[in-house]
Amino acid sequence: MHPAYSVIVFTTSSGAGYGLLFWLSLAHIAGVLPGEGWLPFFSVAVALALITVGLLSSTLHLGHPERAIGAFSQWRSSWLSREGVAAVFTYIPAGLLALIWLMGIETGVTQLLALLSAVGAVVTVYCTGMIYGSLRTIRQWHKGLTPLVYLTLGSATGALLLAVLMAFLGSAPAWVAILVLINMLVAGSLKLSYWRQIDADPGQYTTEMATGLGGNGGSVRPLDPPHTMPNFVMREMGYQVARKHAASLRRLSAIALFAAPIVAVLIATLASGGAAVLYLIATLAAAWGVATERWLFFAEAEHVSQLYYGATRA
Amino acid sequence: MTCLPKETKKKLGLVIDLDICVGCQACATSCKEWNTGGYSAPLSDHDPYGADPSGAWLNRVHSFEAKTAEGQAKTVHFPRSCLHCEEPDCVTVCPTGASYKREEDGIVLVNPDTCIGCKLCSWACPYGAREYDYDDGVMKKCTLCVDRIYNRNVPEEDRVPACVRACPTGARAFGDLGDPNSEVSQSVAARDGFNLLDAFGYKPVNKYLPPRINSVQVSPVVEKTAAPDGSRLEKLFAWADKALSR
Repeated sequence: MHPAYSVIVFTTSSGAGYGLLFWLSLAHIAGVLPGEGWLPFFSVAVALALITVGLLSSTLHLGHPERAIGAFSQWRSSWLSREGVAAVFTYIPAGLLALIWLMGIETGVTQLLALLSAVGAVVTVYCTGMIYGSLRTIRQWHKGLTPLVYLTLGSATGALLLAVLMAFLGSAPAWVAILVLINMLVAGSLKLSYWRQIDADPGQYTTEMATGLGGNGGSVRPLDPPHTMPNFVMREMGYQVARKHAASLRRLSAIALFAAPIVAVLIATLASGGAAVLYLIATLAAAWGVATERWLFFAEAEHVSQLYYGATRA
Repeated sequence: MTCLPKETKKKLGLVIDLDICVGCQACATSCKEWNTGGYSAPLSDHDPYGADPSGAWLNRVHSFEAKTAEGQAKTVHFPRSCLHCEEPDCVTVCPTGASYKREEDGIVLVNPDTCIGCKLCSWACPYGAREYDYDDGVMKKCTLCVDRIYNRNVPEEDRVPACVRACPTGARAFGDLGDPNSEVSQSVAARDGFNLLDAFGYKPVNKYLPPRINSVQVSPVVEKTAAPDGSRLEKLFAWADKALSR
């Protein structure tokens, strides 16, 4: 599948934003988020900014973004519509939290708002994952692990963002370091098993099944294409990344997204100073890593329609 | 409304005979000609006469080489368009309700006034039947010439999809595949018509008729040449051949 940059920015940025919203909400409910100072407001503001940048970016690949309001109507059947509805609903408690913390109002309702924000964040990211996970046409996406990987990567990058914000606006306590480490390990192992799973699946559909020709042990191959140059279907769904490049990009993204942050957080916890800088390095590495991971998620995805254009299995 | 109708009153669709399609592209060009002026207008092209032409077409004609297990090869021309499936995800994934299946005749359509151009429906189609129009910003697909088959302003004999009307060999037929007595249903029954990617489970309405198995099996003729016998005449010819091909 063609890796559209607008969708890569959308899923990574809003994924991290929802992850941050989730963890800061839970920290607030647990009473471990420092209530004083700018941290609560600043964190929720960063989360909402990342979510908004992502959602705006996702409208860039639309042919008619001005009609986007219609996308909230088909939540009964469409995961894309459900995602839109969940995203809008999550804005309400999260926006109120931001407002309350900005005004410095003391109220117990923030606990409820935080809970609703956390639930909204999980539901929205799950819907994002299911947009891809529900597509039977792409075997690399049609996996139970797809929404789980979206959830854990959002969670891991969000936890890291909370840690870097805490490190800069005060200090990052030990629990946030442990939170980041656990998140990174869970997300990393799920992503590695996802890669193993898609490598082990050669695809169940063949050109013979797509054309109904060459039955009983025969074979089919394309002779003349229907058009001289690639059409929309080939440009959108026929994107191919060389196996060699994919392998090295997988390594790079695993190092930047999981290994580097884990090492940086461990050093920050054990060393006496420089935690803020180390968390910043970890965040930048993870940002690059998750963008690469998302690019690969699209580039490595093979679409069944390519059976009509020379693919032998899909 | 992107939930699928439980049942459609009719199952209008095409039956494509792979045995007699000659790959002339008349169906594809007449489809483009009719639909760039009708319901789907415009079907935009980019750089149509340049080095990298592209554009939205609703019907594509491939050519495949089909080989039997015994190694007998055959060229099969293979028109490919929307199959108006009974249970397609291209309808249910649509966030706006622009992609829908009509209850009255089963035609799958895109409403060009509410489509936001997210392209998700094209991702959900295993047949690659939907093509995005970059100028119009909406998804385009075969409408089964919905603006033609019911159109009282065209002569009665023209009230079939443009591709069917244009086909010079009669390889395309149009009708109600939900009615077992219709001409199309009977030709499917008589010729073992099949679904593309049946295992995928979208239940396509359009059917394909397989190429007939040749009644006369043509085996390659091998001309027997006599083994050289070393005669003078042969030597003369060998010398002449060598001299002339110098």
